[in-house]
Amino acid sequence: MHFTASDGVFLAFAAITVGSAVVVTLARSLIYSAFALLFTFFGVAGLYLLLGADFIAASQLLIYVGGILVLLLFGVMLTHKLYDLDLKSEVTQFAPAAIVAAGLFVVLAVLGFRTTWKIGPGRAPSATTDEIGHLFMGQYLLPFEAASVLLLVALIGAAMIVRRKKEA
Amino acid sequence: MTLQALLIALVLIVVIFHAHLGLFSGMTLIERRVLAFMQFRLGPNRTGPFGLLQPVADGIKLFFKEEVMPEGANKFGFFLAPMVAIVCAFSAMAVIPYGPAFHLPSFGFMPEWLRGRLITPQIADLEIGLLFIFAVNAVGVYAIVMAGWAANNKFSLLGGLRSSAQMFSYELALGLSWVGIIMLAGSFKVGDIVEAQAGPIWKWNLFMQFPAFVVYLIAGTAEVSRLPFDLPEGETELVAGFHTEYSSMKFALIQMAEYVNMITVAVLVALLFLGGWHLGLGFAAPPLVGFLAFLAKVGAILFFFIWLRGTLPRFRYDQLMDFGWKILIPIAAINILVTAGLVAFLGQR
Repeated sequence: MHFTASDGVFLAFAAITVGSAVVVTLARSLIYSAFALLFTFFGVAGLYLLLGADFIAASQLLIYVGGILVLLLFGVMLTHKLYDLDLKSEVTQFAPAAIVAAGLFVVLAVLGFRTTWKIGPGRAPSATTDEIGHLFMGQYLLPFEAASVLLLVALIGAAMIVRRKKEA
Repeated sequence: MTLQALLIALVLIVVIFHAHLGLFSGMTLIERRVLAFMQFRLGPNRTGPFGLLQPVADGIKLFFKEEVMPEGANKFGFFLAPMVAIVCAFSAMAVIPYGPAFHLPSFGFMPEWLRGRLITPQIADLEIGLLFIFAVNAVGVYAIVMAGWAANNKFSLLGGLRSSAQMFSYELALGLSWVGIIMLAGSFKVGDIVEAQAGPIWKWNLFMQFPAFVVYLIAGTAEVSRLPFDLPEGETELVAGFHTEYSSMKFALIQMAEYVNMITVAVLVALLFLGGWHLGLGFAAPPLVGFLAFLAKVGAILFFFIWLRGTLPRFRYDQLMDFGWKILIPIAAINILVTAGLVAFLGQR
């Protein structure tokens, strides 16, 4: 195996992703977890970029970092009970978690080694935005629309739940 | 990428970076002077001719100020926040073309490959240009949340929360206002969008996408927290908002990030809505004239921002949120619908 520059970049992004993910799970304070999650998302976006998926990388930053995580941080900062919470895992939680994680790891590893991956000749990644748009509006129109309707329903549902009851 | 292309990119990075730094320090002076004139004062005019050396004096002063870190502050977050702010502010400029492509002149001393070479004053022409700017902007919110939280100060935390809520609300309108012009140009590339506005003046997105222009100008002002949207820093309520506890160079970095963001918004308005380097006369101007026209447009918008600050009072917080969610976003959404319909039936342009 020849070690190339892209391997180095991959290792850097993988290290960022995994390292910050470890902090997310092990941090005592929820706010540290939330901030560490920022770097996890960032690392994943980098991996997407490395694979030539520029559109997905930007969307990852935009939606997960710019949207979801900000909301999460808001929740943590505004909720006093969560903000001061000292998270400690007990042994009873640790054992099942370890078993499940190890099991999942074995399944993924076996799958990863068994699958014959499509390996093409290396080429410069081409722009994906155009193609994604055409596929969404063509071949995958129905799933795309179904997902958007689902999100709309969730949005309306959330708004209904938090709406103040009318004082009679 | 060849070594030559890499070299050109490096030069471009240095030039664009320093142009922003220069414009930033210039803006601090210009803003104070112009504001002063609007309020019948003189403004800083003692340091050097017309006060031109004031930014230098400010810079030196900030360098030598004591760094204060509040007790109980989170050191990591406190240090990281200004860095995140500045990195996000400067990353956006990577995909922006700062003028039309031009051919280098041929001089005897230049190496062969440089003579008459076509140069685009843009660091990286990403396919996802606008999306990239948007994503980087989104990450910029973290600097503010982090700064507000790490300082362990109630005013900072409140300022940080307000600021991020505001950016969050207005980012949506901002993104939606771009969709129309992206549809008209059929591309995310800033350069393509500028080229789509070539020709007579009514081809500019200012006229073709007037609602989007208004929404973007307002949302952009809110995004960079300028008056009348400067609630995060409302000094009468929050001391200085999220950067209350910052001093010395960290304060300077945060200020720099804010100004660079403002410059980026101004540049984007000029490129996306005012035709960039096109004169709107129906013929292609020579690159130098185009570049000067582009600079004039950016300058006009920067002046507009200062003008706003000198004219308008601050919004109340609930008004701000109402305005963003109930007025701007619906306008942007309707604009998208109408534009999409027109593009579908009439084709692009």
